[in-house]
Amino acid sequence: MLSATGLTCVRGERRLFSGLDLAVGAGEWLHVQGENGAGKTSLLRILAGLAPAAEGEIRWHAEPIGALAEEYRRHLLFLGHHGAVKEELTPLENLTFSARLDGASLAEAEALQALARFGLRGREDLPVRFLSAGQKRRVLLARLAVRKAQLWILDEPFTALDVKAVDMLSRLIIDHVGSGGSAILTSHQSIPLPHGRALRL
Amino acid sequence: MNNRLIHWFKFASPQSFYPLAGKMIPWFWGLAAIFFVAGLYIGFFVAPTDFQQGEGYRIIFVHVPAAWMSMFIYLVMAFWAGLGLALNTRLSSMMAQALAPTGAIMAFLSLWTGAWWGKPMWGAWWVWDARLTSALILFFLYIGFIALQAAIDDARRADKAGAILALVGVVNVPIIYFSVQWWNTLHQGASVSLTRAPTMATTMLWGMLIMALAFWMYSIAVALMRVRAIILEREAHTEWVKELPEVKN
Amino acid sequence: MNAAIAVIRRDLLLAMRRKSEVMTALFFFIIVVSLFPLGIGPEPVLLKKIAPGILWVAALLATMLGLARLFAPDHADGTLEQMALSPTPMGVLIAGKIAAHWITTGLPLVLLAPVLGIQFDLDGAALGILVVALLLGTPLLSLIGAIGAALTLGLRGGGVLLSLLVLPLYVPTLIFGAGAVEMVVSGMSAAGHLSLLAAMLALALFFAPWATTAALRIALE
Repeated sequence: MLSATGLTCVRGERRLFSGLDLAVGAGEWLHVQGENGAGKTSLLRILAGLAPAAEGEIRWHAEPIGALAEEYRRHLLFLGHHGAVKEELTPLENLTFSARLDGASLAEAEALQALARFGLRGREDLPVRFLSAGQKRRVLLARLAVRKAQLWILDEPFTALDVKAVDMLSRLIIDHVGSGGSAILTSHQSIPLPHGRALRL
Repeated sequence: MNNRLIHWFKFASPQSFYPLAGKMIPWFWGLAAIFFVAGLYIGFFVAPTDFQQGEGYRIIFVHVPAAWMSMFIYLVMAFWAGLGLALNTRLSSMMAQALAPTGAIMAFLSLWTGAWWGKPMWGAWWVWDARLTSALILFFLYIGFIALQAAIDDARRADKAGAILALVGVVNVPIIYFSVQWWNTLHQGASVSLTRAPTMATTMLWGMLIMALAFWMYSIAVALMRVRAIILEREAHTEWVKELPEVKN
Repeated sequence: MNAAIAVIRRDLLLAMRRKSEVMTALFFFIIVVSLFPLGIGPEPVLLKKIAPGILWVAALLATMLGLARLFAPDHADGTLEQMALSPTPMGVLIAGKIAAHWITTGLPLVLLAPVLGIQFDLDGAALGILVVALLLGTPLLSLIGAIGAALTLGLRGGGVLLSLLVLPLYVPTLIFGAGAVEMVVSGMSAAGHLSLLAAMLALALFFAPWATTAALRIALE
């Protein structure tokens, strides 16, 4: 589904990687590994179409993503270092807004259910700034649960999560990949998920 | 046709443009010197004394060409910047960056000489004349462009952001110019305006045109020198720059 | 379109939750306008003559005040990335953000200006035109300002740089906006000035969201 050929990334005067090829099909996921500063985040941002590659081409179902533009983004879910969670808004408001941004409308019941699933019951109407770092990440996970996208690109999704939440996220990814989705993620720890392939930068 | 296209793009790469620019610079300096001498000679010795303004008017031989250049360079700069944004050619963006300081100097020069002209003519260093005011705003636009590029560390991002600013500016320059003109006619009765110059003697006109040519040549020469410096700075990590004799020594 | 409305609603909600930012700009406007008589002297004829200019310059500066924070919070928390990756074209979402900026900073100025105009002894007709001119002009300020805010996003000294970039571009709005009121004060028709303001607004509505989006994408790279 997603394939990239000859990707090169230059940051300032430093060449982070060059001639990188990768492909992720339906029901597969890719674990991008590498040391700090190896260009993991840069790679994910290039794959999401946020930053241009210095060289190389990325195709989604054999079409260049630049030409697909909004059509590609409809199938894409990208979570970066910053979770796009507003401190002043409640988890419910955050979740509803990101669903709108994704071009979907989310019924309140469905949103509440997703939040409850990630242990945020009773905190739906509390501004996020009163939540702990881990709970903030859980608001993000709720978004993964409600968003229907074929391709997930997740940058360090396991950061700041407790054991229980790591478990829930793993299950989400397994379900997603199991139902024919694809995922690309970075993580420092090894991920106990089947059907994974590793890419070392 | 195709051959020609390739030829053009060959010089669009910094590597082949660098030596070419180096060869062109002395020629433009030479022409600039010749035109300056000729223009100033006409301006100071040949052109007759103006019966209204006396000798003081002679500053127009610097003022008018500088004002022309300041406007024209902005257009050229926006053109190169826009081209760099659209075609992603690095050299065009470098050209835009190289032109900006020259444009700002021209705008400043036209303001300065305008004040020198204004003092004997109007009895004041500065009047809110439409031309002077637009020149002042143009100067601000140049400073904004230079400051924006200076504030961005990544050269490519600086190019693109500068290009957007230059394009927004180029859409706005006519609007600003027109609005200032409108504002001026609305508020002013009958003050002397630089626009309504008395009929000019032919020699004056010639002097001004030759001086304009001199400013042209100077601007091109300086822009080429600056673009060479920018190329060296940005391509410092490449092999061909490291091989250059002036870099090696 | 739905997504744009969602953006407007969210930004208004955020403005409600951080009221101080909106109120600061508003009080800034009032204070700047009140400073002029103190600096110039209380002579009513002179003050009435320069009132349109004062009100407009103050409106310009008050709009500037909030511009630096137009995209910065969304940039910091990653919302801007999500907007760039939304299936809705980013320009539409950005237009929503600009609309919200106008509602929270421009519109209050429009509503407050006639009250301040009374302090300068402007009559009913002049106040009416002042409101109309500000209604046409303040969206223009938000639209042009957004381009500057996007270009300076995340740069050191961004706030000062922003005013350097944006204020020269505000000149035509200032001239026609203040000019419209002055025409009425001196007993002429302001129709010409107002149509020019409207024409500039139409132009900016078309181009500014696009230019802003292009600048934001560059900032996100």
